[in-house]
Amino acid sequence: MELVLRNQEQVLSKIATSDGHGENSAYFDGWKAYDSDPYNPVNNPDGVIQMGLSENQLSFDLVQEWVLSHPEASLCTPEGAREFKDIAIFQDYHGLQEFRNAVARFMERVRGNRAVFDPDRIVMSGGATGAQETLTFCLADPGDAILVPTPYYPGNDRDLTWRTRVCLFPVICDSSNGFKITREGVESAYYKAQDSNLRVKGLLINNPSNPLGTVLDRETLTECLRFTQDKNIHLICDEIYSATVFRQPGFVSIAEIMQENLSRCDPNLVHIVYSLSKDLGFPGFRVGILYSYNDAVVTTARKMSSFGLVSTQTQRLIASMLSDESFVEMFLQESTRRLGTRHRMMSKALAQVGIGSLRGNAGLYGWMDLRRLLKAPTFEAEMELWHVIIDDVKINVSPGASFHCSEPGWFRVCFANMDEETMVVALYRICKFVVHNKESPENVDRRKPCQRRSKLEISVSFRRLKDELLMTPRSAMVQVKE
Amino acid sequence: MTRSQSPERKESPNRTPSRTGMRLIVPLQGVVQGRGGLILGSLIPCALFYFLQFYLKRHRSQPRQRSASAANLPDLQRSSSRANLLARGSTVRAHVSARASPVAKPNDSPYYIGLDRLREDPYDEAANPEGVIQLGLAENRLSLDIIEAWLSRNLTGSMLGVGSDALGLTRLAAYQPMDGLMAFKVAMADFMTEVMGRTVPFDPSRLVLTSGATPAVEILSFCLADQGNAFLVPAPYYPGFDRDIKWRAGVELIPVHCRHCDNFTLNKLALEQAFNQARKRGQKVRGILISNPSNPVGNILNRDMMYDLLDFAKTRNIHIISDEIFAGSTYGDEEFVSMAEIVDLEDIDKDRVHIIYGLSKDFSIPGFRVGAIYTYNENVLAAARKLTRFSSVSTPTQQLLISMLSDKQFTLDYIKINRQRLRMMYDLFVAGLRELGLECAKSSGGLYCWVNMSSLMSTYSDKRELELWDKLLNEAKINVTPGSACHCIEPGWFRFCFTTLSEKDIPVVIERIRRVVKSFKPSV
Repeated sequence: MELVLRNQEQVLSKIATSDGHGENSAYFDGWKAYDSDPYNPVNNPDGVIQMGLSENQLSFDLVQEWVLSHPEASLCTPEGAREFKDIAIFQDYHGLQEFRNAVARFMERVRGNRAVFDPDRIVMSGGATGAQETLTFCLADPGDAILVPTPYYPGNDRDLTWRTRVCLFPVICDSSNGFKITREGVESAYYKAQDSNLRVKGLLINNPSNPLGTVLDRETLTECLRFTQDKNIHLICDEIYSATVFRQPGFVSIAEIMQENLSRCDPNLVHIVYSLSKDLGFPGFRVGILYSYNDAVVTTARKMSSFGLVSTQTQRLIASMLSDESFVEMFLQESTRRLGTRHRMMSKALAQVGIGSLRGNAGLYGWMDLRRLLKAPTFEAEMELWHVIIDDVKINVSPGASFHCSEPGWFRVCFANMDEETMVVALYRICKFVVHNKESPENVDRRKPCQRRSKLEISVSFRRLKDELLMTPRSAMVQVKE
Repeated sequence: MTRSQSPERKESPNRTPSRTGMRLIVPLQGVVQGRGGLILGSLIPCALFYFLQFYLKRHRSQPRQRSASAANLPDLQRSSSRANLLARGSTVRAHVSARASPVAKPNDSPYYIGLDRLREDPYDEAANPEGVIQLGLAENRLSLDIIEAWLSRNLTGSMLGVGSDALGLTRLAAYQPMDGLMAFKVAMADFMTEVMGRTVPFDPSRLVLTSGATPAVEILSFCLADQGNAFLVPAPYYPGFDRDIKWRAGVELIPVHCRHCDNFTLNKLALEQAFNQARKRGQKVRGILISNPSNPVGNILNRDMMYDLLDFAKTRNIHIISDEIFAGSTYGDEEFVSMAEIVDLEDIDKDRVHIIYGLSKDFSIPGFRVGAIYTYNENVLAAARKLTRFSSVSTPTQQLLISMLSDKQFTLDYIKINRQRLRMMYDLFVAGLRELGLECAKSSGGLYCWVNMSSLMSTYSDKRELELWDKLLNEAKINVTPGSACHCIEPGWFRFCFTTLSEKDIPVVIERIRRVVKSFKPSV
């Protein structure tokens, strides 16, 4: 009976046919715009510039140089090929010991040697994406909830919920205190979730934060730890941007807080997710790391790592690279210096035209405040503004709504995924747009009903602006034409 | 019930029981005679129906145990579900999720215990001659030297990319496709075409590349079935399927038992029976999972059986997953036919056929993590592509393999020589076993042979099989896989992988087995 009816239709699972992958969200419209019209300085100078991709392309030349000067690290060189047999056949899900040692050591270095990592607690996964998902499978059952402070990385919706069928419950943070996580906020979300009959299994924090670009301070981390311990729920710390901190205050890892409070807390509830994609700038390596203080989680996640093991060729390469102490030292310093410079360049340019951003000191992006450019303080207005930015300004930035931000008007703009020339072009476009479209400029005198007719036209020579952007801070000199 | 009691009760001062009885019987009688009215006429049958369903549901709690095997043999793998129940009732603060608890427990399958044991005490001809020899992992060490030789001949800057695309290091500007670089898909498609006998061209746009065949199987499970649904799988089957399909996707595996009398080939009747029994139990079957060449037996599906499978799948509207990971590791006289060839020829029902492949077995590089899903179904392609973000192939590895697999002469030579070496090792090993009086099932592919050791068992039972396995592991110091770990319904069969050995290891292994055989049959 039913067979005849469904004969023509291939039946697929709910997961395959649902929207759980999140790619139908507005977040990806910008990507699509970029894909169909990508910027190229020579071939397509009017194309869309990608500023929605949080990747670190500022320092890959350092890695490339290392790889070329250390041929024995890669299997495809005479020096390295000798090891080919053993490496190619090794498929143990524990991973190469040297790889785990090197990663543990690297994580310690990034934290200024203030924390100790046990290589036997390091579990591989298919990128941080795989690590998040595996951890969720280990900690929560279908229908359970995990608290996540907003705004948060949209990928969490997919990574933590799509196949796991766990749900995310937001902890609302807003600009009144710089989007900081507060105990009250977390508690309120926890009880709200419980009222909705959700079983809360954990709290996921992102430190440094995506999209905010800030680090969590010691007090906040301690509060989060205390709260989760009190409620006997898990604390998952996504520290994927830990080596992108380019300015004070420095990075404090949950590992440090753990070490200080070891006697007072249950380590079984604390887990760290990491990856080399952002810090090293090589997402293609697919190196995801799950570090847990819980033995059962380590055992389980390790068995599940069969679903996302790191290629032994890559393990070998990473092990060699990260064991080179002098390279790591140089890399960490140089990478953060370059990030800091680029970030400064961006914030200065934006500040010149009155665009504020959240004072960030980490990450590969800035959290831009475009509230004043909104026609109304609504998400519809934000979406409208975003489409204008994509279609007219030809820049793909990410709207706050895609990060589940509670306030409209915030946008994440990535600065580390392009070269300097492209950055200059992008900033110029933004500045020009802002100046042309300011609804309420800083100068209160200009707030007249006939504002439109007396709108100033600021003409900035491209070369001038470029010089300004590239030099150290100095007040901008712009030619004003009426 | 009440009527028989009523004569006694008539004497009691309390007349209610008989009246209760009458109160029940009269309305029922009325209903039957059509006098009950609408409410009674519908309420009572509904209530009865509900209670019947409830009763059936409660007694349906152990479906597999009843219908899985006629011999009623205890199934080792079921202990994991028992452990799950224990975990739920545990008073210990559960820090892991309920679905992770069974995974967290120590491995109780001989398949994994053997691997762990070997890790502790691995054989080394020089350093540890009394260590455990690995015959329990289907990995191919016979032809790695060919690849190594190619590497040393071809180590130009192109792979490392002096000045150009070093290991894919500069390939960053564009968003990288999670399901593999197009150049790598082209190389893989060509390799698959070659390996499967050049009878059907594989189309790179139908490929989704994953970090190993393990996630490929899991991804397909997530795409084709919901939690609680089931796949039919001919048994004995690869123990890893239990992990790949059940752990996280939550799809059940219903074994369709194959027997020695059929040389462990799939029996159509058994397949039908299994499907019908599943339906009666209320279990929704979403597909059949076959491995061809099969693991652990090593036999190859013939064309007739493949057509039968396609018909079966069509009439029941289910999928076919064909795991062809050993396609290039055939050494026998039988012709290997890929499901892709049949589908291509007949142009039937392509949407329900999905093929699993990988480079771990045929190309001896399990460490590099390269697996593939090949499907004709556009919806599955779309979904699987998005799911590969959790299990992508490393870019430097893709770069290296693009160079390797694009050398057509090399791949042709490799496939040919590998097959020859497999054949040689198979012949040697089987001859050695025959000397000991041990016969193997007829096989034409795979990296192992399926050995009948039931003559060494005093009774034909799983218990004796495990004892024999234990003896082999701890006395003879060889790690082999017992049939029960593969869900084989006939006790006494063991999988011996011979491709982890070199030629000179074979006499060592045979001698060790002889010691065990002698302890059972002194005449050998």
